[in-house]
Amino acid sequence: MKKFFMYISMFLITIIYLVPFYILLNVAFKPTTDTSSFWVPPRQPYLGNFINAWNNAKLAKAFLNNIIITFCVVAVVIIIGSCAAYPLSRYRTKLNNIVYMFCISCIVVPPLTILVPLYKLIVDTTGTSTYLGIILPHIAFQLPMAIFLYTGFIGSLSKELDEAALIDGCSRFAIFYRIILPLLKPITATIIIFVGVNVWNDYTFSVFFLQKPSMYTITVGLSQFFSQFSNEINWVAAGCLLGMLPLTTLYMFMQQYFVKGLTAGAIKG
Amino acid sequence: MKKKVNYFAKKLRSPSALNIMYIPALIFFIVFIFYPFVKGIRISFLEWNGYSQNSQWVGLEKYKNLFTDPDFYTTVKNTFIYGVGSTLLQNVIGLVFALLLDQKLKGNVVVRTVVYLPVMISSIIMGYIWYFFFKYDGGAVNDLISFISADYEPIDWLASGDRSVWIITFVNTLQYLGIAMMIYIAGLQGISKEYYEAASIDGAKGFSVFKNITLPLLMPSITVNIIVNIIGGLKLFDVIMAMTSGGPGYASSSISTMMYQVYFVRMDAGYAAAMGNFMFMMITVISMILLLYLRKKEVEL
Repeated sequence: MKKFFMYISMFLITIIYLVPFYILLNVAFKPTTDTSSFWVPPRQPYLGNFINAWNNAKLAKAFLNNIIITFCVVAVVIIIGSCAAYPLSRYRTKLNNIVYMFCISCIVVPPLTILVPLYKLIVDTTGTSTYLGIILPHIAFQLPMAIFLYTGFIGSLSKELDEAALIDGCSRFAIFYRIILPLLKPITATIIIFVGVNVWNDYTFSVFFLQKPSMYTITVGLSQFFSQFSNEINWVAAGCLLGMLPLTTLYMFMQQYFVKGLTAGAIKG
Repeated sequence: MKKKVNYFAKKLRSPSALNIMYIPALIFFIVFIFYPFVKGIRISFLEWNGYSQNSQWVGLEKYKNLFTDPDFYTTVKNTFIYGVGSTLLQNVIGLVFALLLDQKLKGNVVVRTVVYLPVMISSIIMGYIWYFFFKYDGGAVNDLISFISADYEPIDWLASGDRSVWIITFVNTLQYLGIAMMIYIAGLQGISKEYYEAASIDGAKGFSVFKNITLPLLMPSITVNIIVNIIGGLKLFDVIMAMTSGGPGYASSSISTMMYQVYFVRMDAGYAAAMGNFMFMMITVISMILLLYLRKKEVEL
């Protein structure tokens, strides 16, 4: 009997979570002329909305922008983050502890609170609506978490590895490059997902820093599209569906990585 | 010359030479976080439209405005509902879901996957999807209720600020519940079975086991979830922009969205910066107090 109620609850939870997607699909596949309720599935799947959304929200360019920005941010965060974490984890001098505390305290600064001066900085350096102008601030705000995770992970690796290599005449830089770096793969996967999802879905920075339509990311493109065509609700739905497709598909195939990556990102210690 | 080379070679071999490896990261923090942070304090003392070269020093005036502005008062109240409301809901429901889905039931992994799915989706998109539910004309909620009861007058759900605030809190909760749930599941799986065995020998049952064993041992997960959710809720921006843009007026605004409006629409950069600093102080103080309190609780239990 208890089991029965549990299965009922599980079923209800699934329904509640799937209903939004059911509605989204219905709206996205109906022509604008079909005014039937959102609950009624389309008689025939209509693909015109997708074409309109793709063209009017300039999604092709938006996807490209998203890919470029996300890739660059992830790559730089991984390189700079792992490098920074090595001395901070292995040589805990007084100076390095202070530096580490400084890095970690950057985690708690919500980007929104300093957005006005940050925006001014980007404007002054003519960085608005450029790739660098959005990539660099993203890197700065994603780095603290990456350093935190890398430092913790390196700390869990045995120090004897380093010492043995040092005796063999390996330089300290070479130790990092040859011995530590290859061991960082699992935590790097976590960080790629954490940073990748954050940057891919970002709206806050993008809406401030990217003002030229040709530079819009998916979220900004869709929000502009929405305010322009708020009556063409079917187009908006199609655009939303296209916009969420890449990450949800990846998630389906690599679930455990995604859960691990995003949950580790949430645990800030 | 030779000596100099030796000096460098020696320096390079010492552990402190490795410190150059964190210099790029430090440069990023100083340029894009620390410098704007300090600059933001200065801007908050200015009368400045955000674009022109001219600005005027007005001292603490912008901060005084914060305390007399009725719109800002509404906004702060909303921000608290977003923060505290989402935190409570995500933790209570997240824990219930975790307790259920931690059981040995067929298909529990599938349900976890589904609950976690919205975390992948940009909250701006999630906001639009929910807009289809709460919009006045042909919205899914109005349709459903009028389908059930014939004499139902459709409600414009998002026209009232008070209602919008709770709807947005609900949408935000539903989207990010998965993270809290997963952290609780991990926490539950970390509790040694021996505790439960010992309790059943002592004759403890049901709720008393939950209260005396599960909850105290789950305290670290609770701390993490509460801190993460309160910070996330207090700075809520995307969902609000998607569903109401903070409107009508500032009725469903959070400090974040009001800041955006004040900067780009009212062009009062000094005021926007003052709000940013206020928000920073508020989030820091609240999360620090909570953290200290919860850590103390962890030790007591």
